[in-house]
Parts: sequence; C-alpha cells; structure tokens
Amino acid sequence: MTMRALARTRNGARAVGIATTVAAIAVVEGLIRGGAINAYIVPLPTQILAALPRIIAEEHVLHRFWQTAQEVLWASLLLAAFGIALGALLYRFRLLRQAFEAWVGALAAAPIVLMYPLFLVIFGRSTTTIVMIGFAAGLAPVILKTAEGLSGTRKVLIDVGRSFKLSPAQQFRKVLLPAALPSVFVGLRLGLIFAMINIVGVEFLINFGGLGQLINELAERYDLPGTYGAILFVILASVVFFDLTARIERWLRPVE
Amino acid sequence: MAATGRVMPSGNAAPMRIWALRVAFLAVALAAWEAISASGLLFRDVVPSLAAIGAALARVLGTPDFYANLAVTAQEIGAAVVIGGLCGLATGILLGSNRFLSQAFESLLLYLGPTPKIIFFPVMIMWFGVGPGSKIAMGVASCFFPIAISTAAGMRQIDAVLIRVGRSFRASPWQMIRCIYLPAMREPIVTGLRLGLGVAIIGTLLAETKLSNKGLGYLVIQAYALFDMPRMYALLILLFVLSIGLNALLGRFSRVTRGISA
Repeated sequence: MTMRALARTRNGARAVGIATTVAAIAVVEGLIRGGAINAYIVPLPTQILAALPRIIAEEHVLHRFWQTAQEVLWASLLLAAFGIALGALLYRFRLLRQAFEAWVGALAAAPIVLMYPLFLVIFGRSTTTIVMIGFAAGLAPVILKTAEGLSGTRKVLIDVGRSFKLSPAQQFRKVLLPAALPSVFVGLRLGLIFAMINIVGVEFLINFGGLGQLINELAERYDLPGTYGAILFVILASVVFFDLTARIERWLRPVE
Repeated sequence: MAATGRVMPSGNAAPMRIWALRVAFLAVALAAWEAISASGLLFRDVVPSLAAIGAALARVLGTPDFYANLAVTAQEIGAAVVIGGLCGLATGILLGSNRFLSQAFESLLLYLGPTPKIIFFPVMIMWFGVGPGSKIAMGVASCFFPIAISTAAGMRQIDAVLIRVGRSFRASPWQMIRCIYLPAMREPIVTGLRLGLGVAIIGTLLAETKLSNKGLGYLVIQAYALFDMPRMYALLILLFVLSIGLNALLGRFSRVTRGISA
C-alpha cells in the first residue's frame, strides 16, 4: 500500500470513529426524546451543549481551570525538584538503590490518594492539601525513571566528561542530566498525569478548588446538563494536557 | 564521590548490608515519628504515638465490623474487576485484531483512559443509585481502560507465525482467541489486570469515601469525621498493606506464568 493510500485509510478510519461517536450521541438523544431513557437521569446531549456557554460564563470555568492549572504547576515543581533529586540519589548510591528501589516501586502501586483525609487533617481544607496529594501521587515514577535514565547514560559520554576533568557537579549538569533527560521526562510526564488526575479528584472529593469542585457543586445543585457539561470540560482539558506533554516528550526524545 | 565516580562497582552489595540499611531506615523513621508525636509540635493527635496506632490496629482487627465492611468493599471491587475486565478484554481483542477499528476508536480509549474517573461519580449515582451499584460502576470505569489498552497492545505483539499456524489449522475465531491469542497474551493481560485492579481499588474506595454507608472507604471517612486519628492511621495502613500485597501477588503470578511460557 502506498503511503498516501495508508494515510487515506487512516483518515477514513478516524472519520468513521468520529461519525460513530456522533451517531451514538444522536441515538441517545432520540432515546431520551422517545422516553426510553429518563431525561431526569441523562439530560439531552443538545441541552448539555447548550449548557456549555452558561458554565463558561456563569460558573467561571476559565478561572477554575486556572486554579487547577496552578495547583498542577506547583505539584509539578515539587515533583521535578524532589523526584529528580531522589532519583539522582538512588543512582549515585548503589546500596541505596538496591535497598529502596523496590519500595519506591511498591509506593507507585499504593493508593496514595486514599490518604486524603489524613492530608485534610494535617494541611486543612486548602490548596496545600490538593497540591501535596498531587505531589505524593506522582513522586514514584519520577524517582524511578530518573534513576533509570541516569544509569542508562552511555559510558562514552561519561568518559568524555572525565577526560575534560569535570567536577562531579559539572559531570552531573553537563553530561548525565542531558543524557538522562528523555527518560526523566517520561517519568515527569507520568508523574504529572498522576498528579493532575489526583488533583482534580481531590478537588471533587473535598469540594474545594477548581474544576473538580465545579462538578461537585453542579451535581449538588442537581444541574444535570451543567454537571455533564463540566465533566466534558474536564475531559477536554485533560486531553489537551496529555497531548501537550506527549508532544514535549517526543520533542525531547533523541533521534535514533 | 571518587573523582567522577559515575561507573558503578560491578556486582551487588551484600544482602546483609541492604537489609541493615532498610532496618536502619525504618528504625530512624519510627523514632522520628515517635519524637514528633511526643514533642507536641503538631496539633494533638495528628501524629499519634506508635503505641496508640498499634492499639487502634488491634482494635480494628479485633472487631467483626471491619471484616463486614472489608467484605462489602471486596465484593464491589471483585464485581468491578470481573465486569470491567471482561469488557476490557473483549474491547482489547477487538481493537487489537482489527486495524481499521483500532484506528477508528483507539484514540478515544487513549484519551479517556487517563482522565480522572472520580468526576463521573455524580453521574454514576444517578444511574446506579447510592448503594454498591455506583461503587461497582466507578471500579468498572477505572479498570476497563488499562485492561483494554494493555490487551490491544498485547494483541499486536503476538508473533505472526503463531497466528498463521492457527489460520492454517482453520481455527474458528473462538478457537483463535482461546488457543492462540489468550495464551500468547498472558503477560500483557496480567499487566493490564494488575494496573486495572490498582485503579479499581482506588475508584471504588474513593467513591465510598464520598457517599456510602458501608465499606472500608466509609470507615476511613467516618474515622476522619470523628477525628479518631489512631483508627484512621490503622485503617490506612491496612488498606495499603492489602492493595500493595494484592499487587505484589499478581506481579508474582505474571512472573510465574512467564516462566512457564518461556
């Protein structure tokens, strides 16, 4: 198959995917109008669409988005600072890595977000709680991927640094970190995704902050089209976020 | 650090030293905890003494109440993993075996996969009620995606020779799934299941903390509401031990099966 034909089928497939999704939504609309689905449980998709401008204007979605984005930003700064430092520590001291790498791995599998009541007690119902949960939830992958990336540095590069008599700090900054950057960013991206998911989740759970709280509030007001619309908005925001971080990751990846 | 010190000494450190370091770390952490607890620097009871946590742990484990709630949560998570797992498996096989379908729908899966699922909880309450139904639905919504994505990726990694062997034996689609696809995909499926179980636990328990009157999540949030901190620590410790343990068990299973198939 020629490249063009391939591209055409791929675009065709995507078009079919979008068309099917739209058709499914249309069927739901029909079923609700026909009374087969209770309109008090699932609002009409057209109503949800109509609610979007309202939640943007009246519920200050953009301001809330900015609030959540700030929390994610703070968590990501903490993740970069502590995650990369701890990863470098694991790389530097082999004994430390042998003793604790498995523990960090177990931490990655632990349901950290369930500790949110504990964070509430320590930090109060505040932005700090939300940021700290995001940070804690995303920490393990940053540490592990940093250590992995640093130990994957090609020996030639290390030798070059040595022959230039770089100090340990220079060696780290000029040779190891740049070489490990793609892997570090894979970890950072994973950590950021975990942080973002947990930040929005905790906002919803503790009814505080940005987008997550909006969903909770609209649901408590029983504003169905608004609730569904706000959920759509969060999905949209997270898709943009993943796409952006994936692009940065591709950009950082070394050309093979 | 030796001059550059970047080349690691080869060979592993003695297991004794590794364990000594681990024990030392734990000892220091626990001592620091006890010191903070005794110092009164933080609000009272935020950092309860180890003895208080231990006593709470014994109390929690000694009451039938805990096991009844554990059973509720376990049933919810079990149902979620079965429903979400089967749906995920079917979706994954469908998308993995058909390039057109994968191009048409897989991006939807990849995009929806990492969104925060808990935001769907208000919708789930309306659809499935305030009882266990909405918690199971949360678990399903959480574990469906990693299992489907992992299965679809696993399908595409199957050795083409195996598929051709199946075809030349004129295996029916069902036989292909049972005899070729599933055995060849054991590892990605177990990986997906492991990820899925992890997020199903989180989804179900978070839903329980938000709105329920049964289950471990409910116990945790109740301890919070009563400000019974030792009890909350005890419950969280149990939750962590249970979920990390389950995850490790599945990990071991995946290694064992890998040993068999290799």
